[in-house]
Amino acid sequence: MSGTPEREGTLADGWELVVGLEVHVELSTATKLFCGCANRFGDEPNTNVCPVCLGLPGSLPVVNAAAVDFAMRLGRALGCEVRPAVFARKNYFYPDMPKDYQISQYDQPTNTDGCLELPDGHVVGIERAHIEEDTGKTTHVGTGGRIHDADYALVDYNRAGVPLVEIVSRPDIRTAEQARTYVRELRAILLAIGVSDARMEEGSMRVDANVSVRPVGSNELRTRCEIKNLSSLRSLGRAIAFEADRHVDLWSGGERPRQETRHWDEAQGRTTPGRSKEDAEDYRYFQDPDLVPLAPSADQVAAIDAALPVLPAARRAGLLAAGVGAVSAEESALLVERDQDALVRAAVEVGADPGLTATRVCNDLAVDDWSKVTPDGLAALIGLETSGQITATQAKQVLAEMVEAGDDPAAIAERRGFQAMAGDDLAATVDQVIAGNPEEWQRFCSGDDAARKKLSGFFIGQVMRATRGQADGGAVNRLLRGRAELF
Amino acid sequence: MTALGVAAAVASGERTARSVAEDYLERISEGDGGIGAFNLVLAEQALADADRVDAALGRGEPVGPLAGVPVALKDNLCTRGIPTTCSSRMLEGWRPPYSATVVDRLRAVGAVIVGKTNLDEFAMGSSTENSAFGPTRNPHDTSRVPGGSSGGSAAAVAAGFAALALGSDTGGSIRQPAALCGVVGMKPTYGRVSRYGLVAFASSLDQIGPFGATVADAAACYEAIAGHDPLDSTSIDQPPEPVGDALTDGVEGLRVGVVAELCGGGRQEAHRNGTNGSPASGVEGVAGDVLSRVQDAAGALEQAGAEVRTVSVPSAVLGLSAYYLIAPAEASSNLARYDGVRYGLRVDAANAAEMNVNTRTAGFGAEVKRRIMLGTYALSAGYYDAFYGKALRARTLMLQEFAAVYEDVDVLLCPTAPTTAFELGAKTSDPLLMYLNDVCTIPSNLTGHPAISVPFGSGDDGLPVGVQVMGPALSERLIFRVAAALERTAPGDGSTP
Repeated sequence: MSGTPEREGTLADGWELVVGLEVHVELSTATKLFCGCANRFGDEPNTNVCPVCLGLPGSLPVVNAAAVDFAMRLGRALGCEVRPAVFARKNYFYPDMPKDYQISQYDQPTNTDGCLELPDGHVVGIERAHIEEDTGKTTHVGTGGRIHDADYALVDYNRAGVPLVEIVSRPDIRTAEQARTYVRELRAILLAIGVSDARMEEGSMRVDANVSVRPVGSNELRTRCEIKNLSSLRSLGRAIAFEADRHVDLWSGGERPRQETRHWDEAQGRTTPGRSKEDAEDYRYFQDPDLVPLAPSADQVAAIDAALPVLPAARRAGLLAAGVGAVSAEESALLVERDQDALVRAAVEVGADPGLTATRVCNDLAVDDWSKVTPDGLAALIGLETSGQITATQAKQVLAEMVEAGDDPAAIAERRGFQAMAGDDLAATVDQVIAGNPEEWQRFCSGDDAARKKLSGFFIGQVMRATRGQADGGAVNRLLRGRAELF
Repeated sequence: MTALGVAAAVASGERTARSVAEDYLERISEGDGGIGAFNLVLAEQALADADRVDAALGRGEPVGPLAGVPVALKDNLCTRGIPTTCSSRMLEGWRPPYSATVVDRLRAVGAVIVGKTNLDEFAMGSSTENSAFGPTRNPHDTSRVPGGSSGGSAAAVAAGFAALALGSDTGGSIRQPAALCGVVGMKPTYGRVSRYGLVAFASSLDQIGPFGATVADAAACYEAIAGHDPLDSTSIDQPPEPVGDALTDGVEGLRVGVVAELCGGGRQEAHRNGTNGSPASGVEGVAGDVLSRVQDAAGALEQAGAEVRTVSVPSAVLGLSAYYLIAPAEASSNLARYDGVRYGLRVDAANAAEMNVNTRTAGFGAEVKRRIMLGTYALSAGYYDAFYGKALRARTLMLQEFAAVYEDVDVLLCPTAPTTAFELGAKTSDPLLMYLNDVCTIPSNLTGHPAISVPFGSGDDGLPVGVQVMGPALSERLIFRVAAALERTAPGDGSTP
């Protein structure tokens, strides 16, 4: 095995990665998909259950209109066509599935043919986004906690019947990084339209990756493996990178991968084989005769469209137009995710520097409640910083106090006695520090970029110590580079 | 006494509900040993329910139209806290935490539930011999079967153990035993009666319906259970028409079609050997005496002013084949839940998968296993189109042809069952021969249309014959009316054994 799992985004010369993702999302409706039981995570096991979600003999499902509405909302947010749909039964035996079949959608799903645009402009096609019910949750109890060496298993049916949407992408993803970005973007959309809390750790968002490789320039789709058990974005990226390398190795050695399901082992950093295509189950799908087809009207779809909020991509575009997005795609994505884009745009509108505003909010406003920070207050703070009246360190402290008290930043700075050092005083201090560390200074002047970067940190630290934090880091850096005649 | 007679006597104070219940319970305890209609007799509950009716009457409170009427329930209808077995070992020890909608509705109009009746396991069969608890016998001749799968309910009404009974009809399971036991049995339009709480056999075909000694009794029972139920997505969301007030309207001017394809003669064996004549011909195996009664019935209707003609529904002959793909396919999925994990029988093993296999091996009888395998096969990858898919197309074709024929006639007439009641054990070794019992009843399940079986004379063996009246969707009022007309003209015979 040549690849290291940590390495991502590059593949052996001549090979291209082909990834499609299947993302299961639990909808945050008040009740389950086919009964009135509460849809709630973390309750005492088997308390949110009834004859329907336990699949008791004689019980019948009745579809939750809110779940269908949520699913259609998601479909429209992904640009899908919302179609008349039917529920089908997917038949297989498993103890955590009360009826031993799962009600899902098969050949006539609610949403088809959409797309998701990543922040960098790459477009990933969405094949379908269909509605289905979740299963219960099995806990294997015993020696190893794994299926085959467990003494017994406990099943919690609270999750059985919770509404899910499975979003199936086309195989349009080309790097592990894109896969992670896709999931992040999907999550941002889910949060924006309010249909799921989309938490990977709690399992309300579950990602499977279909991975294959092909020679660059080819359009073929080679044998793929479906990787399961990806519980974080980090796992997703590592697993795809590992699996891609494995495929390249196999093809390069004259072998071919088997079509199979593989499990990601986070501790070992590798995928291990699961079920192969040959022993894959035959699910015997057929239309569920207990349910009637869904026939959304044009009016219903129009109402959903009208009620959709501005989606993350459009909000990022808004930041870009305000001059903010140019700083970093990462930052603008984060601002939208945290719902702070409007604040930044408003501050910029009243004169704040876009780049600095974005950075300050991204780095130093990662709090749950920032309601006391007004656009005007933020703009005033950024103004103090850009004009050199306070240092970056001081600006962070002022912002923290604004979150708590919502005061005027100038007043806070004054109360705290904050003011940046005057330029001449700072230059003198820098010179003193240079004189006191001649060896480091020599290396700073002659070293490569990496060494210089490291040493500038050292000098800034020294200056900060000498000035008890009154110095502005950026100004110190400029002075250092000037002294080294790098300008 | 008829169910309506009982209701009138109780309502007028002529009899107490308790004395009625005691009479019926007494008849059960005396007679059911030789019949085996009941899986469970609910003596205590019946008396308590009867007392409640009497108390309400005593207080001058209004009571429902079936107040004090003893009713038997097929044992695949869920009853809260009371064992519901489907006559299978599989549901051993299970007590549903809820009652079927129909059970609640019957009790709401004052009916007194006297017990749970025997059936072919999970309603799969035509003789009530596929019961884990032993067969039910025909009250007219205890060497004969009562038909099935609702044989216990049909026998209970025929033997006077209950004034009314509920059954379920997936391919004829109400109408065929009604015919064989000489009582009235009716399958409503699919969706007319809630299936909530009916343990599913084949969900797209199952429908609950009434048994009564008379058409009027069955009509009253139907009226009590029909109507929309939000717990059943396939329930029709419009109020049902009343039917009881139409029973005396007569058939003057009605157009009645006798379905040629469902009135074919010949021996059943011929059909089985594949020597069933030209493909365009009808189903074979309807006995001559049964056909004679159907002709008599047609004549009686003509006499009463109806316009009778022979009509052709060529696809009707496809019904049996389509049914034995669609029903097992749905059953294979519906019965998957009996896995030993949550309720009912569990046969332990080293792991869950083996426990599942052991439980199902021990819990299901041969016919249920046969149908699960048949249905699993019909839905399998690579076979779906050839089997299940083709059956769905046949079903669509039947719907179209029946719709077309109802342009020309108001109702259709044909036999209910091909023969009178047969001997116990006569067909148990030959599933295909057994399946042929439902050849005339299956079309209504596939189309979802209502149909009723009404006793009309007897066969050469002196046993009851039933004729079937079928109508288009939601024509309950019409078919009850025609059935009542037939009942008025039926030759005197042994409708009570």
